[in-house]
Amino acid sequence: MLNLGTDEMAKYPFLAEAGKYLKDKGFTLDQFGTDPDLMPIIEKAYHRIEKASTGKIYHSELENLEQLDVEVFSFLIAVVLLKLSGMNTLIKRFSLAEARRAEKFLEKDLADFSDKTKEQLAVRIIKDLFSVNVQKHKEFFVIPVSDYLKHAVYFHEKEWKLVNRRIENGKVFLTSHESVRLIRKELDSYINSKIQEVSTPSMIDALKKPVEKLRLLSKKFSVPTMVSTEYPPCIKHAIDELNKGENLSHSGRFMLGTYLLSIGQTVSQIAPLFKNAPDYNEKVTLYQLNHLAGNSGSGTEYKCPSCEKVKSKDLCYATSDCDGIINPLQFKKKTTLHA
Amino acid sequence: MHEKDLKLVENSFKKYYFDHFDLIHVPERTSEREFGYQKFNSGMIRHLSIKSDEDLRLMLITEIPSDVYCSNAYYSFPTLSMGEKDWKEADLIFDVDSKDLHLDCRKEHTCLKCNSCGEVALMVQTCPKCNSTKLEQKSLTCKNCISGAKTEVKKLMNILIEDLGIKKQNIRVYFSGNEGFHVYVTNSPYQKLGSRERTDLVDYIMFRSAIPETFGMKKYKPERSSFPEIIDNGWRGRVSKEIFGSKSKRSKEITEIISNGYSVFQQRLENMKTDIGVRIDPNVTMDTHRIFRLAGSLNSKSGLSKIFCKNFEKFDPFQDACFIDDEKIDVVANCPVRFTLKNRKFGTYKNEKISLPKYAAIYMICKGFASTA
Ligand SMILES: [Zn+2]
Ligand SMILES: [Zn+2]
Repeated sequence: MLNLGTDEMAKYPFLAEAGKYLKDKGFTLDQFGTDPDLMPIIEKAYHRIEKASTGKIYHSELENLEQLDVEVFSFLIAVVLLKLSGMNTLIKRFSLAEARRAEKFLEKDLADFSDKTKEQLAVRIIKDLFSVNVQKHKEFFVIPVSDYLKHAVYFHEKEWKLVNRRIENGKVFLTSHESVRLIRKELDSYINSKIQEVSTPSMIDALKKPVEKLRLLSKKFSVPTMVSTEYPPCIKHAIDELNKGENLSHSGRFMLGTYLLSIGQTVSQIAPLFKNAPDYNEKVTLYQLNHLAGNSGSGTEYKCPSCEKVKSKDLCYATSDCDGIINPLQFKKKTTLHA
Repeated sequence: MHEKDLKLVENSFKKYYFDHFDLIHVPERTSEREFGYQKFNSGMIRHLSIKSDEDLRLMLITEIPSDVYCSNAYYSFPTLSMGEKDWKEADLIFDVDSKDLHLDCRKEHTCLKCNSCGEVALMVQTCPKCNSTKLEQKSLTCKNCISGAKTEVKKLMNILIEDLGIKKQNIRVYFSGNEGFHVYVTNSPYQKLGSRERTDLVDYIMFRSAIPETFGMKKYKPERSSFPEIIDNGWRGRVSKEIFGSKSKRSKEITEIISNGYSVFQQRLENMKTDIGVRIDPNVTMDTHRIFRLAGSLNSKSGLSKIFCKNFEKFDPFQDACFIDDEKIDVVANCPVRFTLKNRKFGTYKNEKISLPKYAAIYMICKGFASTA
């Protein structure tokens, strides 16, 4: 495994062997509940999870050595809290947010022309964890076509098709952003599986309260709303993709936006759905939704595309419940009719 | 196939396998491959293991298969059912068939055979003899078609080497034994790719799913500087050559492309597929569990051999893949198309009884244009 310094560990805390890391630093879990210097870290850890649960990325202070340790500890304690709470929805949200956080560092380190060691570490993480060999070539990052394909086939957008990439002598040329984007899904599942692997420690008094708070917090996400069960499968799938942080295609966004607007949701209700999208930009999302709603420019209100159109864009996931409908909007009516 | 024809063809195939065993070998890593074969008028037998050249020879002489196949995949247990074989990796394979090129000459050597009465005619709606509509397309291939297929193979080789970084010595080209070529890539970084990844490789090679942005044409405010240069690598270079032709025309062309707009350019890329994309059979390359005709074996659609092209440029299937002997055979031939084998011209025949060298007789019988007299 990689041999990391504290600053690197702070960026990629999921690489730490939790128990060993604490021990090496001379700490036990109990101390976090009793030592007044360490107790704020529990609060920080809770905050880290809470932030992740809302789909936001936890912002790190990586200024001095003390803060660096706190960064790693708060991650490790967060994992302990999550394990004790046993709430899988929170673990999922947490690993996704942590993956996004690490992604930002990886991208920056990869493109760091001033610090060779940072770049090398990023390259090694990508290689060791995800078997992608990255090499720097002027302003590009080149990876073997075969490595590229293993990851890129999971993307739906045409720009990820090999034919739309710059290829030379068995290598694909990418930007640092694209290189890291390529392993997003795996980074998320890697962090998730690392957390799953950790054995659940025994409860200590100081953790009881935050764990209880986490259980309450998770209720917010585990209750399925009535509305969502009535969505047609194509819409459900699109929402799932967004929740997983996948990049929904333009036509997918169009379908989802027009559908939700048609069933009476407002732009401000819909916009948060897109928050997990890799290229999320609040202003752009609002602009696009307002455009679909007919609140801007020409005032044209866009209609939800027909099933046929949805199918042609590979967005259809029809079930037998869809029999006989020609537009996703008819789905709800039909199920209520037969109920 | 009729009993008498069957006897003749089987005997000729047996003789070929007896006389030309030097041409047919088990492939490398034999024990990891799945073999299969078909007998005349019978179904496919798969999931076989053949351990050595001797085993193969024994099978060929005793079973006299019409067609012999071997997996491009390597398995831990090749004889078990598909789910239990334990797939390890597979050579990349490509099938270029002149039938898929739809060249103009095709109509001159494609005919229809009536499944009701056996009559053969050039393109018609109903059988001129019995009026049946149960017609089957049968084709011989011509020099022009073979040279068209060669052009595709050369385009393919160029992409494999220049774009995909495959070493030339790891690429082998075979005549398919009928109307095209089979290309094998071994020991490449692509061995372990699954079907999904191979599908993307296929799209790359066939120039499918290309978007205008890749070639510099954006929907909003396209920039002249992002259009490809003739010296660019890969598809950007090839597209550039195709649309600009020469460097001097580049500027004028770009102006035109921008003024015509995004969707016109998109359509233009779409149309380019047939010219600059390589016309391979996508299903063959995507399939990682296929058994593929074994090199050196005879193709029962023609009686010609699937054979390695030592000198691809000069390769002439009608000469170099024809190994049946020239003993005189009496046949009744009904063949409205002329063909050449071993530098001898044959046809056309209109339901006539003739005496022909065995290789020509077998060729026509396999194609369904003749019967033993
Ligand atoms: Zn007829
Ligand atoms: Zn032809």
